[in-house]
Amino acid sequence: MSILLFTLILLAGAFMAGLLGSLTGLGGGVVLIPLLTLVFHVDIRYAVGASLVASIANSSGAAAAYIREGITNVRIGMFLEIATTTGAIIGALIAVYTSTSLVAILFGVVLLFSAAMTIRKKNEHGDNTSNSKLAQVLKLNSSYPVNGEMVPYKVRGVGGGYALMTLAGIVSGLLGIGSGALKVLAMDNVMRIPFKVSTTTSNFMIGVTAAASAVVYLQRGYIDPGIAMPVVLGVLAGAFAGSRLLMKLDVKKLRLLFSIVISALAIQMIYNGLTGKL
Amino acid sequence: MKRLFSKEFWQERDVEMFIGKQLRWGVITSSIIAFIGGIIYLFSHGSDTPAYHVFNGAPVYVRHLPGIFHGVARGDGMAIIQLGVVVLLATPITRIAFSVLAFAMEKDKLYVMITLLVLSIIIFSIFSGLGG
Repeated sequence: MSILLFTLILLAGAFMAGLLGSLTGLGGGVVLIPLLTLVFHVDIRYAVGASLVASIANSSGAAAAYIREGITNVRIGMFLEIATTTGAIIGALIAVYTSTSLVAILFGVVLLFSAAMTIRKKNEHGDNTSNSKLAQVLKLNSSYPVNGEMVPYKVRGVGGGYALMTLAGIVSGLLGIGSGALKVLAMDNVMRIPFKVSTTTSNFMIGVTAAASAVVYLQRGYIDPGIAMPVVLGVLAGAFAGSRLLMKLDVKKLRLLFSIVISALAIQMIYNGLTGKL
Repeated sequence: MKRLFSKEFWQERDVEMFIGKQLRWGVITSSIIAFIGGIIYLFSHGSDTPAYHVFNGAPVYVRHLPGIFHGVARGDGMAIIQLGVVVLLATPITRIAFSVLAFAMEKDKLYVMITLLVLSIIIFSIFSGLGG
C-alpha cells in the first residue's frame, strides 16, 4: 500500500469515526483507535497520539455550538478541569511505563464501559434539594433551559465528582480518548447534574483535558503528521455531518447498534492485548 | 476591537459567544493548514510505503516548535501539517486564557484563581520536559 492510498482510506475511516462519535456522543477516539490498530495495524502509540488530536478537534468544534445554547456550566467545567488536567499529565507520564498490550486491554475495558453507558437510563432532571456547602462556595449551582423556561439545579457530591474526574483525566492521558463516558458518569451519577448540562459540560472539558496530555505526546513523537492529517480532517468532517444528521435521526436504535459494535471491538482489543499482538 | 475592551461586552453573555467563535476559528485555521501541508506531503511522499506498524516516533524535527518553524520555512509538508496540529492544541489553551479575562471582568476572584491554576497546569506540562 502506498502512502497516498493509506491516507485516502484513513480519511474515509476517520470520517466514519467522527460521524458515529458525534451521533452517540462518545467522541471519535473510541472508533478511531480500534480502526487504526486492528484494521491498519498501526502501532497503538501512534493511534493514541492521533486520537488525542481528534478529540481536541471534535470537542472544540462542538463546544462552539453548545456554548451558544447556554446549557454548558462553565464554572463546573473550569473547576473540574483542575482535576482532569492534573490526571491527564499523570496519565501521559505513566504511559511510558505501560506496555502496549496493557494499554490495549485497558482500552478494551473502558470501551465496554462506554458502550454500557450509552444505553443506560439517563438522569433527565436535576436535583434541587442538595445543600452542599462546597457547591455554594464554588458557585456550581445554576439553571438551564427546558422548553424555554429556566430550571434551577443544585450540585452534590463535589468531592466524589472531583476524584472521579481525576481518574477520567488519567484514563484520557493514558489511552488518548476524551473519556466522555467517565466524565458524564461523574457529573450525572455522583454530582446529580441534569443530563443535558453534563453532556455539554463534559464536551467543553474534553478539549482542555486532551491538550494537557497532547503537548507531552507531541514532544514524545506519538503524534505523526502522516496519520494526524487524514485523522483530523476526516473526524472534523464526520462530526460536522453527524451534528446535521442528529436533528433528523432517531438515535435510540443507532445507539444500541453502536454499543454492540463497540463491545465487539472492545473484546477484540482485549484479546489482542492478552495474546500480545498489540 | 474597541468592543473587546468595553465593560458591557464582558458582562453579558457576548463573551461566551466570543469564546465559541474563537474555538471555531481555531479549528478551521488548523484544518486549512493541515490540508495544505497534506497536499505537499502527498506530492513528495505519496508513493512511499507507510511504516506505522513499528513505532519509531515522528521525525525529531516535528516534535518541537523551532524544528516545526524551520520545516515550514523550507516548505516541508510534514512540518506544515504539524503546525496545524499545534494551532489545534493551542485552541483550547487560548480559550482558558480568555476565560481568565472574562472572570476578571465579572470580578469573580475565586474563578480567576481556579482558571489561572488550570492554565498553569497546562503550561507546566508544556515546559516541564516530561515529553523529553
